[in-house]
Amino acid sequence: MNNIWGFSISGARVIDYDRNDHRPAEGLSAEVPSSRLCIGCGGCTATCTAGAMTDFNIRKLQMLVKRGENKEAREQLHRCMLCGKCLLVCPRGVDTRRMILALYRLTAQPSL
Amino acid sequence: MDKSVIIIGAGAAGCEAAYRLAEAGITVELVEKENETGGNLNNWHQLFPDRKQAEELRRTLREHLSHPAIRVHRGVMPVRWERTENGGFRVEVNDGALLESDALLVATGFQTFDARRKEEYGYGIYENVVTSVELENFFANRRIATSAGVAPKRIGLIQCVGSRDEKTCNFHCSKVCCITAVKQAIELREMLPDAEILCFYMDMRMFGPGYEEMYREAQEKYRIKFVRGRLSEASENREKQVIVKCEDTLVGKPLRMTLDLMVLMVGMEASESSRSIARTLGLELAPNLFIKTCDPHYAANRTAVEGVFVAGCCTMPMNLTETLHDARSAAMEIRNYLALNHKP
Repeated sequence: MNNIWGFSISGARVIDYDRNDHRPAEGLSAEVPSSRLCIGCGGCTATCTAGAMTDFNIRKLQMLVKRGENKEAREQLHRCMLCGKCLLVCPRGVDTRRMILALYRLTAQPSL
Repeated sequence: MDKSVIIIGAGAAGCEAAYRLAEAGITVELVEKENETGGNLNNWHQLFPDRKQAEELRRTLREHLSHPAIRVHRGVMPVRWERTENGGFRVEVNDGALLESDALLVATGFQTFDARRKEEYGYGIYENVVTSVELENFFANRRIATSAGVAPKRIGLIQCVGSRDEKTCNFHCSKVCCITAVKQAIELREMLPDAEILCFYMDMRMFGPGYEEMYREAQEKYRIKFVRGRLSEASENREKQVIVKCEDTLVGKPLRMTLDLMVLMVGMEASESSRSIARTLGLELAPNLFIKTCDPHYAANRTAVEGVFVAGCCTMPMNLTETLHDARSAAMEIRNYLALNHKP
Protein backbone atom coordinates (compact mmCIF):
# COMPACT_ATOMS: atom_id res chain seq x y z
CA MET A 1 0.00 0.00 0.00
CA ASN A 2 1.15 3.49 -0.72
CA ASN A 3 1.61 5.26 2.52
CA ILE A 4 2.49 8.73 1.33
CA TRP A 5 2.06 10.29 4.77
CA GLY A 6 4.55 8.14 6.59
CA PHE A 7 2.05 7.40 9.38
CA SER A 8 0.11 4.25 10.10
CA ILE A 9 -2.36 2.99 12.65
CA SER A 10 -1.22 0.23 14.95
CA GLY A 11 -3.12 -3.01 14.38
CA ALA A 12 -5.44 -3.95 17.23
CA ARG A 13 -3.80 -6.33 19.66
CA VAL A 14 -7.12 -7.88 20.56
CA ILE A 15 -7.77 -11.48 19.54
CA ASP A 16 -10.60 -11.25 17.03
CA TYR A 17 -11.95 -14.74 17.54
CA ASP A 18 -14.78 -14.35 15.02
CA ARG A 19 -12.46 -13.46 12.13
CA ASN A 20 -9.50 -15.69 12.98
CA ASP A 21 -8.88 -18.84 10.97
CA HIS A 22 -9.68 -21.84 13.16
CA ARG A 23 -8.62 -24.54 10.72
CA PRO A 24 -5.18 -25.10 12.31
CA ALA A 25 -6.85 -25.39 15.75
CA GLU A 26 -9.38 -27.88 14.39
CA GLY A 27 -6.58 -29.82 12.72
CA LEU A 28 -4.60 -29.88 15.95
CA SER A 29 -7.59 -31.10 17.94
CA ALA A 30 -8.20 -33.88 15.40
CA GLU A 31 -4.57 -34.97 14.89
CA VAL A 32 -3.38 -34.62 18.47
CA PRO A 33 -6.47 -35.14 20.67
CA SER A 34 -4.37 -34.96 23.83
CA SER A 35 -3.72 -31.28 23.03
CA ARG A 36 -7.31 -30.58 24.18
CA LEU A 37 -6.27 -31.52 27.68
CA CYS A 38 -3.95 -28.57 28.40
CA ILE A 39 -4.82 -26.81 31.66
CA GLY A 40 -2.30 -24.01 31.18
CA CYS A 41 -0.14 -24.99 34.16
CA GLY A 42 3.11 -23.96 32.46
CA GLY A 43 5.12 -27.01 33.52
CA CYS A 44 6.24 -27.45 29.92
CA THR A 45 7.49 -23.88 29.64
CA ALA A 46 9.36 -24.08 32.94
CA THR A 47 11.39 -27.07 31.83
CA CYS A 48 11.80 -26.00 28.19
CA THR A 49 15.38 -25.96 26.89
CA ALA A 50 14.57 -23.42 24.18
CA GLY A 51 12.56 -21.34 26.63
CA ALA A 52 15.60 -21.02 28.89
CA MET A 53 17.50 -19.19 26.15
CA THR A 54 14.82 -17.48 24.05
CA ASP A 55 11.34 -16.15 24.67
CA PHE A 56 9.86 -19.35 23.25
CA ASN A 57 6.83 -20.33 25.30
CA ILE A 58 5.24 -23.63 24.31
CA ARG A 59 2.23 -23.25 26.61
CA LYS A 60 1.39 -19.91 25.05
CA LEU A 61 2.17 -21.12 21.53
CA GLN A 62 -0.47 -23.85 21.53
CA MET A 63 -2.94 -21.51 23.19
CA LEU A 64 -2.37 -18.96 20.41
CA VAL A 65 -3.26 -21.60 17.83
CA LYS A 66 -6.40 -22.50 19.79
CA ARG A 67 -7.49 -18.87 19.58
CA GLY A 68 -6.61 -18.62 15.88
CA GLU A 69 -3.53 -16.41 16.30
CA ASN A 70 -1.69 -18.60 13.82
CA LYS A 71 0.88 -16.21 12.45
CA GLU A 72 2.33 -15.44 15.84
CA ALA A 73 2.49 -19.14 16.66
CA ARG A 74 4.17 -20.00 13.39
CA GLU A 75 6.89 -17.43 13.97
CA GLN A 76 7.80 -19.13 17.25
CA LEU A 77 7.70 -22.76 16.16
CA HIS A 78 11.24 -23.08 14.82
CA ARG A 79 12.71 -22.31 18.24
CA CYS A 80 11.61 -25.68 19.63
CA MET A 81 14.46 -28.21 19.65
CA LEU A 82 12.14 -31.20 20.09
CA CYS A 83 14.05 -32.36 23.16
CA GLY A 84 10.79 -33.64 24.67
CA LYS A 85 11.29 -32.55 28.28
CA CYS A 86 7.85 -30.90 28.19
CA LEU A 87 6.40 -34.29 27.35
CA LEU A 88 7.85 -35.74 30.54
CA VAL A 89 6.51 -33.08 32.88
CA CYS A 90 3.02 -32.54 31.43
CA PRO A 91 0.51 -33.60 34.14
CA ARG A 92 -2.24 -34.12 31.56
CA GLY A 93 -0.20 -36.27 29.20
CA VAL A 94 -0.28 -33.89 26.24
CA ASP A 95 1.84 -35.24 23.40
CA THR A 96 3.69 -31.95 23.07
CA ARG A 97 6.31 -33.08 20.56
CA ARG A 98 3.69 -34.47 18.22
CA MET A 99 1.81 -31.22 18.70
CA ILE A 100 4.81 -29.16 17.52
CA LEU A 101 5.34 -31.37 14.46
CA ALA A 102 1.63 -31.17 13.59
CA LEU A 103 1.66 -27.39 13.98
CA TYR A 104 4.52 -27.08 11.47
CA ARG A 105 2.23 -28.55 8.84
CA LEU A 106 -1.03 -26.99 10.04
CA THR A 107 0.28 -23.44 10.11
CA ALA A 108 2.35 -23.73 6.93
CA GLN A 109 -0.04 -21.90 4.57
CA PRO A 110 1.14 -18.33 4.20
CA SER A 111 -2.49 -17.15 4.03
CA LEU A 112 -2.95 -17.78 7.76
CA MET B 1 -38.34 -39.20 76.34
CA ASP B 2 -40.68 -37.30 74.05
CA LYS B 3 -38.61 -34.62 72.41
CA SER B 4 -39.37 -32.40 69.47
CA VAL B 5 -37.57 -30.21 66.97
CA ILE B 6 -38.84 -27.46 64.68
CA ILE B 7 -37.01 -27.33 61.34
CA ILE B 8 -37.29 -24.18 59.27
CA GLY B 9 -36.87 -24.97 55.57
CA ALA B 10 -37.62 -28.23 53.75
CA GLY B 11 -34.88 -28.20 51.15
CA ALA B 12 -32.37 -31.04 50.94
CA ALA B 13 -30.90 -30.22 54.38
CA GLY B 14 -34.23 -29.78 56.17
CA CYS B 15 -35.71 -32.97 54.70
CA GLU B 16 -32.67 -35.09 55.49
CA ALA B 17 -32.33 -33.77 59.05
CA ALA B 18 -36.05 -34.32 59.61
CA TYR B 19 -35.80 -37.95 58.56
CA ARG B 20 -32.70 -38.66 60.66
CA LEU B 21 -34.24 -37.05 63.75
CA ALA B 22 -37.51 -38.89 63.20
CA GLU B 23 -35.63 -42.17 62.91
CA ALA B 24 -34.09 -41.39 66.32
CA GLY B 25 -37.55 -41.08 67.87
CA ILE B 26 -37.75 -37.31 67.89
CA THR B 27 -40.90 -35.53 66.74
CA VAL B 28 -40.28 -33.09 63.89
CA GLU B 29 -42.30 -30.07 62.80
CA LEU B 30 -41.00 -29.20 59.34
CA VAL B 31 -41.92 -25.71 58.16
CA GLU B 32 -41.64 -24.80 54.47
CA LYS B 33 -42.62 -21.45 52.92
CA GLU B 34 -43.25 -22.92 49.47
CA ASN B 35 -46.14 -25.23 48.64
CA GLU B 36 -43.78 -28.10 47.96
CA THR B 37 -40.69 -29.44 49.68
CA GLY B 38 -37.30 -29.77 47.95
CA GLY B 39 -36.07 -26.16 47.87
CA ASN B 40 -33.49 -25.27 45.23
CA LEU B 41 -33.15 -28.93 44.28
CA ASN B 42 -36.51 -28.56 42.48
CA ASN B 43 -34.79 -26.36 39.86
CA TRP B 44 -32.21 -28.96 38.89
CA HIS B 45 -32.47 -31.54 36.11
CA GLN B 46 -29.33 -33.64 36.51
CA LEU B 47 -26.76 -33.79 39.30
CA PHE B 48 -22.96 -33.83 39.12
CA PRO B 49 -20.74 -35.81 39.05
CA ASP B 50 -22.75 -38.94 38.21
CA ARG B 51 -25.45 -37.26 36.06
CA LYS B 52 -28.15 -38.73 38.27
CA GLN B 53 -31.65 -37.37 37.62
CA ALA B 54 -32.34 -34.83 40.38
CA GLU B 55 -35.83 -36.31 40.58
CA GLU B 56 -34.37 -39.54 42.02
CA LEU B 57 -32.97 -37.71 45.02
CA ARG B 58 -36.08 -35.56 45.35
CA ARG B 59 -38.20 -38.71 45.46
CA THR B 60 -36.07 -40.29 48.21
CA LEU B 61 -36.22 -37.13 50.32
CA ARG B 62 -39.95 -36.78 49.75
CA GLU B 63 -40.67 -40.42 50.62
CA HIS B 64 -38.76 -40.09 53.88
CA LEU B 65 -41.07 -37.26 54.92
CA SER B 66 -43.95 -39.75 55.23
CA HIS B 67 -42.34 -40.93 58.49
CA PRO B 68 -45.04 -40.82 61.22
CA ALA B 69 -42.88 -38.62 63.47
CA ILE B 70 -42.64 -35.85 60.84
CA ARG B 71 -45.32 -33.23 60.36
CA VAL B 72 -44.82 -31.07 57.28
CA HIS B 73 -46.29 -27.57 57.22
CA ARG B 74 -46.26 -26.40 53.58
CA GLY B 75 -46.79 -22.87 52.37
CA VAL B 76 -46.37 -21.31 55.78
CA MET B 77 -43.84 -19.02 57.44
CA PRO B 78 -43.05 -18.34 61.07
CA VAL B 79 -44.49 -15.03 62.24
CA ARG B 80 -43.82 -15.06 65.99
CA TRP B 81 -41.04 -16.62 68.05
CA GLU B 82 -40.82 -17.20 71.80
CA ARG B 83 -38.50 -19.04 74.14
CA THR B 84 -40.39 -21.26 76.60
CA GLU B 85 -39.59 -21.45 80.34
CA ASN B 86 -37.64 -24.70 79.93
CA GLY B 87 -35.42 -23.35 77.14
CA GLY B 88 -37.55 -24.60 74.27
CA PHE B 89 -39.25 -22.74 71.44
CA ARG B 90 -42.78 -21.66 70.66
CA VAL B 91 -43.27 -20.64 67.02
CA GLU B 92 -46.45 -19.27 65.53
CA VAL B 93 -46.81 -19.77 61.79
CA ASN B 94 -49.00 -17.70 59.51
CA ASP B 95 -51.77 -20.28 59.16
CA GLY B 96 -52.43 -19.85 62.87
CA ALA B 97 -50.75 -23.05 64.08
CA LEU B 98 -48.68 -22.83 67.25
CA LEU B 99 -45.66 -25.16 67.21
CA GLU B 100 -43.57 -26.07 70.25
CA SER B 101 -40.22 -27.78 70.43
CA ASP B 102 -37.12 -28.38 72.51
CA ALA B 103 -34.69 -27.32 69.80
CA LEU B 104 -34.72 -25.42 66.55
CA LEU B 105 -32.93 -26.22 63.31
CA VAL B 106 -32.44 -23.47 60.74
CA ALA B 107 -32.14 -24.97 57.25
CA THR B 108 -33.16 -22.00 55.15
CA GLY B 109 -30.57 -22.58 52.44
CA PHE B 110 -29.36 -20.29 49.69
CA GLN B 111 -30.72 -18.24 46.84
CA THR B 112 -29.00 -17.85 43.51
CA PHE B 113 -27.45 -14.50 42.67
CA ASP B 114 -29.77 -12.11 40.83
CA ALA B 115 -27.83 -11.74 37.56
CA ARG B 116 -29.50 -8.39 36.80
CA ARG B 117 -27.24 -6.91 39.47
CA LYS B 118 -24.27 -7.58 37.16
CA GLU B 119 -25.59 -5.11 34.62
CA GLU B 120 -22.53 -5.17 32.35
CA TYR B 121 -23.36 -8.80 31.47
CA GLY B 122 -26.75 -7.74 30.13
CA TYR B 123 -29.01 -10.28 31.80
CA GLY B 124 -32.59 -9.07 31.44
CA ILE B 125 -31.42 -6.58 28.80
CA TYR B 126 -30.06 -8.75 25.99
CA GLU B 127 -32.21 -11.51 24.58
CA ASN B 128 -29.71 -14.33 24.51
CA VAL B 129 -28.33 -14.19 28.02
CA VAL B 130 -29.69 -16.84 30.39
CA THR B 131 -28.70 -18.14 33.82
CA SER B 132 -27.50 -21.62 34.74
CA VAL B 133 -30.84 -22.19 36.50
CA GLU B 134 -32.75 -21.38 33.31
CA LEU B 135 -30.44 -23.72 31.39
CA GLU B 136 -31.43 -26.58 33.74
CA ASN B 137 -35.00 -25.82 32.75
CA PHE B 138 -34.03 -26.00 29.06
CA PHE B 139 -32.52 -29.42 29.72
CA ALA B 140 -35.68 -30.57 31.50
CA ASN B 141 -37.67 -29.50 28.42
CA ARG B 142 -35.08 -31.03 26.06
CA ARG B 143 -34.82 -27.87 23.95
CA ILE B 144 -31.91 -25.45 23.54
CA ALA B 145 -32.65 -22.46 21.32
CA THR B 146 -31.82 -18.80 20.96
CA SER B 147 -34.51 -16.12 21.26
CA ALA B 148 -35.04 -16.50 17.49
CA GLY B 149 -35.83 -20.18 18.02
CA VAL B 150 -32.75 -21.63 16.29
CA ALA B 151 -30.07 -23.90 17.70
CA PRO B 152 -27.08 -21.83 18.92
CA LYS B 153 -23.80 -22.44 17.08
CA ARG B 154 -21.51 -20.91 19.68
CA ILE B 155 -22.31 -20.95 23.40
CA GLY B 156 -20.32 -19.36 26.22
CA LEU B 157 -20.66 -20.36 29.87
CA ILE B 158 -19.52 -17.56 32.17
CA GLN B 159 -18.28 -18.56 35.60
CA CYS B 160 -18.14 -16.55 38.84
CA VAL B 161 -21.26 -14.45 38.20
CA GLY B 162 -21.96 -12.98 41.61
CA SER B 163 -19.09 -14.90 43.20
CA ARG B 164 -15.55 -13.72 44.02
CA ASP B 165 -16.70 -10.24 43.15
CA GLU B 166 -16.44 -7.26 45.47
CA LYS B 167 -18.61 -5.23 43.14
CA THR B 168 -21.58 -7.39 44.04
CA CYS B 169 -20.47 -7.59 47.70
CA ASN B 170 -19.91 -11.32 47.27
CA PHE B 171 -16.32 -12.03 48.23
CA HIS B 172 -16.87 -15.74 48.58
CA CYS B 173 -16.52 -18.59 46.10
CA SER B 174 -19.82 -20.39 45.54
CA LYS B 175 -17.88 -23.62 44.97
CA VAL B 176 -20.33 -25.54 42.84
CA CYS B 177 -20.54 -23.30 39.74
CA CYS B 178 -17.27 -24.59 38.19
CA ILE B 179 -18.43 -28.17 38.19
CA THR B 180 -21.97 -27.13 37.24
CA ALA B 181 -20.51 -25.38 34.17
CA VAL B 182 -18.59 -28.54 33.23
CA LYS B 183 -21.72 -30.67 33.67
CA GLN B 184 -23.91 -28.25 31.71
CA ALA B 185 -21.31 -27.93 28.93
CA ILE B 186 -21.36 -31.72 28.54
CA GLU B 187 -25.17 -31.76 28.48
CA LEU B 188 -25.12 -29.01 25.84
CA ARG B 189 -22.67 -31.02 23.73
CA GLU B 190 -24.93 -34.07 23.88
CA MET B 191 -27.83 -32.02 22.54
CA LEU B 192 -25.79 -29.95 20.06
CA PRO B 193 -23.01 -32.14 18.62
CA ASP B 194 -21.68 -29.45 16.27
CA ALA B 195 -21.85 -26.35 18.44
CA GLU B 196 -18.75 -24.62 19.76
CA ILE B 197 -18.95 -24.56 23.56
CA LEU B 198 -16.61 -22.43 25.66
CA CYS B 199 -16.27 -21.94 29.42
CA PHE B 200 -14.81 -18.66 30.66
CA TYR B 201 -13.20 -19.21 34.06
CA MET B 202 -10.80 -17.64 36.56
CA ASP B 203 -9.86 -20.95 38.23
CA MET B 204 -11.32 -24.38 37.74
CA ARG B 205 -12.11 -25.41 41.31
CA MET B 206 -12.67 -29.12 40.93
CA PHE B 207 -12.78 -29.99 44.63
CA GLY B 208 -15.06 -33.00 44.74
CA PRO B 209 -14.68 -36.70 43.95
CA GLY B 210 -14.89 -37.26 40.21
CA TYR B 211 -14.91 -33.55 39.40
CA GLU B 212 -11.42 -33.26 37.93
CA GLU B 213 -12.11 -36.41 35.95
CA MET B 214 -15.29 -34.84 34.60
CA TYR B 215 -13.37 -31.68 33.64
CA ARG B 216 -10.82 -33.79 31.78
CA GLU B 217 -13.56 -35.70 29.99
CA ALA B 218 -15.25 -32.41 29.04
CA GLN B 219 -12.01 -31.32 27.34
CA GLU B 220 -11.02 -34.58 25.68
CA LYS B 221 -14.23 -36.42 24.87
CA TYR B 222 -16.74 -33.57 24.65
CA ARG B 223 -14.40 -30.99 23.04
CA ILE B 224 -15.37 -28.20 25.43
CA LYS B 225 -12.97 -25.24 25.22
CA PHE B 226 -11.83 -23.42 28.31
CA VAL B 227 -10.73 -19.78 28.28
CA ARG B 228 -9.04 -18.42 31.39
CA GLY B 229 -10.27 -14.90 31.93
CA ARG B 230 -13.12 -13.12 33.61
CA LEU B 231 -15.75 -11.60 31.37
CA SER B 232 -15.47 -7.83 31.62
CA GLU B 233 -18.50 -6.81 29.59
CA ALA B 234 -20.98 -7.99 27.01
CA SER B 235 -22.92 -6.18 24.30
CA GLU B 236 -25.54 -7.13 21.74
CA ASN B 237 -25.41 -6.80 17.95
CA ARG B 238 -28.29 -6.31 15.53
CA GLU B 239 -28.65 -10.06 15.11
CA LYS B 240 -29.21 -10.26 18.89
CA GLN B 241 -25.97 -12.15 19.36
CA VAL B 242 -23.86 -11.42 22.42
CA ILE B 243 -20.37 -9.98 21.96
CA VAL B 244 -18.11 -10.71 24.90
CA LYS B 245 -14.83 -9.19 25.98
CA CYS B 246 -12.30 -10.72 28.32
CA GLU B 247 -8.57 -11.14 28.58
CA ASP B 248 -7.30 -14.54 27.57
CA THR B 249 -4.89 -14.55 30.48
CA LEU B 250 -3.05 -17.63 29.23
CA VAL B 251 -2.23 -15.85 25.98
CA GLY B 252 -1.88 -12.44 27.59
CA LYS B 253 -4.09 -10.61 25.10
CA PRO B 254 -7.59 -9.17 25.14
CA LEU B 255 -10.12 -11.35 23.36
CA ARG B 256 -13.48 -10.63 21.80
CA MET B 257 -15.94 -13.02 20.26
CA THR B 258 -19.59 -13.34 19.32
CA LEU B 259 -21.83 -15.85 21.07
CA ASP B 260 -25.26 -17.06 20.05
CA LEU B 261 -26.12 -17.90 23.64
CA MET B 262 -24.46 -16.80 26.88
CA VAL B 263 -25.08 -18.70 30.09
CA LEU B 264 -24.29 -17.02 33.41
CA MET B 265 -23.24 -19.41 36.19
CA VAL B 266 -24.98 -17.63 39.04
CA GLY B 267 -23.44 -18.01 42.47
CA MET B 268 -24.96 -18.70 45.87
CA GLU B 269 -26.03 -16.12 48.43
CA ALA B 270 -27.58 -16.59 51.83
CA SER B 271 -31.33 -16.67 51.27
CA GLU B 272 -33.60 -13.84 52.37
CA SER B 273 -35.17 -16.24 54.85
CA SER B 274 -31.75 -17.05 56.34
CA ARG B 275 -31.02 -13.38 56.88
CA SER B 276 -34.39 -12.53 58.40
CA ILE B 277 -34.42 -15.58 60.69
CA ALA B 278 -30.90 -14.76 61.82
CA ARG B 279 -32.09 -11.25 62.73
CA THR B 280 -35.13 -12.56 64.60
CA LEU B 281 -33.21 -15.18 66.56
CA GLY B 282 -30.15 -13.03 67.17
CA LEU B 283 -27.79 -15.27 65.18
CA GLU B 284 -24.53 -13.75 64.07
CA LEU B 285 -23.85 -13.42 60.35
CA ALA B 286 -20.46 -13.99 58.74
CA PRO B 287 -19.09 -11.15 56.55
CA ASN B 288 -20.56 -12.87 53.48
CA LEU B 289 -24.01 -12.76 55.19
CA PHE B 290 -24.28 -16.52 55.61
CA ILE B 291 -25.08 -17.58 59.19
CA LYS B 292 -21.99 -17.83 61.35
CA THR B 293 -21.48 -21.14 63.13
CA CYS B 294 -19.80 -21.61 66.52
CA ASP B 295 -16.67 -23.13 65.05
CA PRO B 296 -15.85 -24.00 61.45
CA HIS B 297 -14.35 -27.37 62.37
CA TYR B 298 -15.82 -28.79 65.51
CA ALA B 299 -19.15 -27.03 66.00
CA ALA B 300 -20.27 -26.30 62.46
CA ASN B 301 -23.93 -27.05 63.29
CA ARG B 302 -24.11 -25.03 66.49
CA THR B 303 -24.81 -21.32 66.83
CA ALA B 304 -24.10 -18.88 69.63
CA VAL B 305 -27.77 -19.17 70.66
CA GLU B 306 -28.39 -22.22 72.82
CA GLY B 307 -30.81 -24.69 71.27
CA VAL B 308 -30.58 -23.18 67.78
CA PHE B 309 -28.78 -25.33 65.21
CA VAL B 310 -27.96 -24.81 61.55
CA ALA B 311 -27.62 -27.16 58.57
CA GLY B 312 -26.94 -26.82 54.86
CA CYS B 313 -26.35 -23.79 52.68
CA CYS B 314 -27.62 -21.21 55.17
CA THR B 315 -24.08 -21.32 56.61
CA MET B 316 -21.97 -21.52 53.44
CA PRO B 317 -22.11 -22.69 49.83
CA MET B 318 -22.16 -26.49 49.74
CA ASN B 319 -22.77 -29.16 47.16
CA LEU B 320 -25.54 -31.70 47.73
CA THR B 321 -23.24 -34.32 49.22
CA GLU B 322 -22.02 -31.86 51.81
CA THR B 323 -25.53 -30.56 52.46
CA LEU B 324 -26.82 -34.05 53.22
CA HIS B 325 -23.77 -34.82 55.42
CA ASP B 326 -24.25 -31.53 57.21
CA ALA B 327 -27.93 -32.31 57.82
CA ARG B 328 -27.05 -35.70 59.37
CA SER B 329 -24.37 -34.09 61.46
CA ALA B 330 -26.87 -31.48 62.68
CA ALA B 331 -29.35 -34.25 63.54
CA MET B 332 -26.66 -35.95 65.64
CA GLU B 333 -25.78 -32.68 67.41
CA ILE B 334 -29.43 -32.10 68.22
CA ARG B 335 -29.85 -35.63 69.60
CA ASN B 336 -26.87 -35.10 71.87
CA TYR B 337 -28.17 -31.74 72.96
CA LEU B 338 -31.60 -33.13 73.77
CA ALA B 339 -30.19 -36.16 75.60
CA LEU B 340 -27.50 -34.41 77.64
CA ASN B 341 -28.38 -30.77 78.16
CA HIS B 342 -32.07 -30.75 78.31
CA LYS B 343 -34.00 -31.60 81.46
CA PRO B 344 -37.35 -33.32 81.02
